[in-house]
Formats: sequence, structure tokens, C-alpha cells
Amino acid sequence: MKFSDEQIHRYSRQMILPGIGGKGQRKLMEAKVLITGAGGLGSPAAIYLAAAGVGTIGLADFDRVELHNLQRQILHKTDDLGRLKVESGRETLESLNPEVKVQTYSDRIVSANIREIIKGYDLVLDGSDNFPTRFLVNDACYFERKTLISGAILRFDGQLSTFKPHAGGPCYRCLFPEPPPPGMVPSCQEAGVLGAVAGVIGILQANEALKEILGLGESMAGRFLMFNALNLSFHEVKIAKNSNCPLCGENPKIKELIEYLQVCQA
Amino acid sequence: MSGEEIKIGIDKELNLKGKICPYTFIETMLTLEEMEPEEVLRVIVDYPPAACEVPQSLKNEGYEILEVRPTKGTDWVIIVKNKEIE
Repeated sequence: MKFSDEQIHRYSRQMILPGIGGKGQRKLMEAKVLITGAGGLGSPAAIYLAAAGVGTIGLADFDRVELHNLQRQILHKTDDLGRLKVESGRETLESLNPEVKVQTYSDRIVSANIREIIKGYDLVLDGSDNFPTRFLVNDACYFERKTLISGAILRFDGQLSTFKPHAGGPCYRCLFPEPPPPGMVPSCQEAGVLGAVAGVIGILQANEALKEILGLGESMAGRFLMFNALNLSFHEVKIAKNSNCPLCGENPKIKELIEYLQVCQA
Repeated sequence: MSGEEIKIGIDKELNLKGKICPYTFIETMLTLEEMEPEEVLRVIVDYPPAACEVPQSLKNEGYEILEVRPTKGTDWVIIVKNKEIE
């Protein structure tokens, strides 16, 4: 495939980077990334992936745009109130980069449909806002052998890691074997979140997705990053595969997808 | 090699007159990526900074620069050898 003059101009500032060039740009243009949640994390992540020329971006979200989303969910604008987030997200991404193919999934992600959806993607970027979905996405990625770039935010804090159990690294359940009891961890609706924190973590997720696609740098697999906006601090801890992990351990208890009860939807 | 002109077999020529940086470098690199390993490309540029920046950027990417010299008017010739098989 030959690059057009327009493509060379559009991507020139990344094509000149060491290790990217035409080969790397082609990898990006052939890549398929699914983003679960077109909200605080998924918005900045999707925008940077589209800008970089990731060929196919899947957006999965059943929600509609509400006024309180706009403080951080930068895919959506005031005129989009009431629209499906995946539709408003698609419009934003396509207007930024018409070369990107945006696939939308406006049904709730559940155990019955998730594997079929993620099968067609190379990589999954989780920006979901609740534990049932977070665990479902992790388990489905494990069963489908997909790399998962996981991000989470609350109040002034954020977390980030990459899970590649198919390549020997830990999965999300190696760290957190089971979801916390309902109500134990407050949601963003109850506890609040600073919009820029979503931006920091969502953009780091995009950064890690681009690195995984390009095969550049040090993967976040086996590493867990914690961010605090008030101290402006980043702390990193090493995480290992857990041999007792209920999903990817030596004697796994989980053999199929589990649907946890969704309570107090934020 | 003083005073002697090096005889180099050229496999392909790329005329980038009128193009500015960084497109001079990008188009050179894209052309090299499509060429066979160790083939030789002659690039002609007329944007003065390109005569310096293109060879330097190619070197940084691991390409071997065989020759850089001014020719007629403001033109420069850059001769670069493609990488071996990665």
C-alpha cells in the first residue's frame, strides 16, 4: 500500500520517529482496537488513537450523553445531549480523521455478546466505569487471547496496566481475584472524579495501545501504575502472574464468562 | 580515496526537488522500505536544510550514507544504501 501525499502530511510528525516510519504507520492503519466505554477514559484514548491513524476503532457503550458527562467525556459536546455516546463518538472521531473506520456497539456488553465482539480486534482498551464490566472484559480478553490495556479513575486518582496473560504476564484477576462487594467501592457518581484525571489515564492508555501495536518500548504488562493528581505523583509496582489466579492460574476455577450483578449504575 | 570519484551502482532515483523537511526524509525512507536489501538510492533535494538533515536522519535510522554532494545550482545529491535484511 502506497501512502498518499495527504497521509504523509497527516502522519509526518510520527512517521519520522525512530522505529515508526512507513512500516509502523502501516501497522497502525491495519490495527483494530476496541474501546469499552466511550466515557472519561475512552474519550481521550479514542481521540488519540484516531489521530494517530489506527485503522479500525470499535466503540462499545449503551449510554446516552448526559450533561454531567461533559466535564470529562471529551468525545461529546453539548449539542450531543441525549444521543447515543457511540454515535456522538463516531462523529467526533470521523471528523478528526475520516480515514478511521469506527464500528459502534450500542448494546450493553454482556457475557452473551462480548466474545463475539472482541474476536475481531487485536487489542482491547477498557474504559468501563463499573466492576462487573471490568471483570467481564478481563475474562473475555483472557479467553480470546487479546491484550488488554486497563485504566481506572476515581476522585483524584488513576490506575493503569496492560494485561497479556497469553504472553506470560498477569491478568486483572491475578491482582483482584473477585469484584469488591457491591457498595464497597464508590462510583464516580458517588465519589466524583476530576476530568483531567480521566484525560491523564485515558491518554496513557492510548500511549500503551500505540506501543503494543508498534512493538516499541517497554510494555506495561507486569507493571501497575498509580497516579495521584493532587501530589502529581506516579508510583509503579511490579506485578507477577498469580499461580492461584481463579482465571489464568494453575487450577483455574473460572472456565466460562461470569455475569456479575450490576448495582447502582453510575 | 582522495580525488577519485567513487563508482556506485544506483538502483533507483528519487527526485525531491521542491519538497521540504520532514517530507524529504519521509519520502526517502518510504522509498527505501520498498526497495530490496542493500540496494542503492540516489536522492536529489534542493531544500538547503535537507542536504544536512536527510543524511543525518537516515543515519539515525541505521542506513548507510554513501555520498552527499552539491550538484548544479542549489541541488544536492544524497546516495544511501538500504539496510540488510532485518
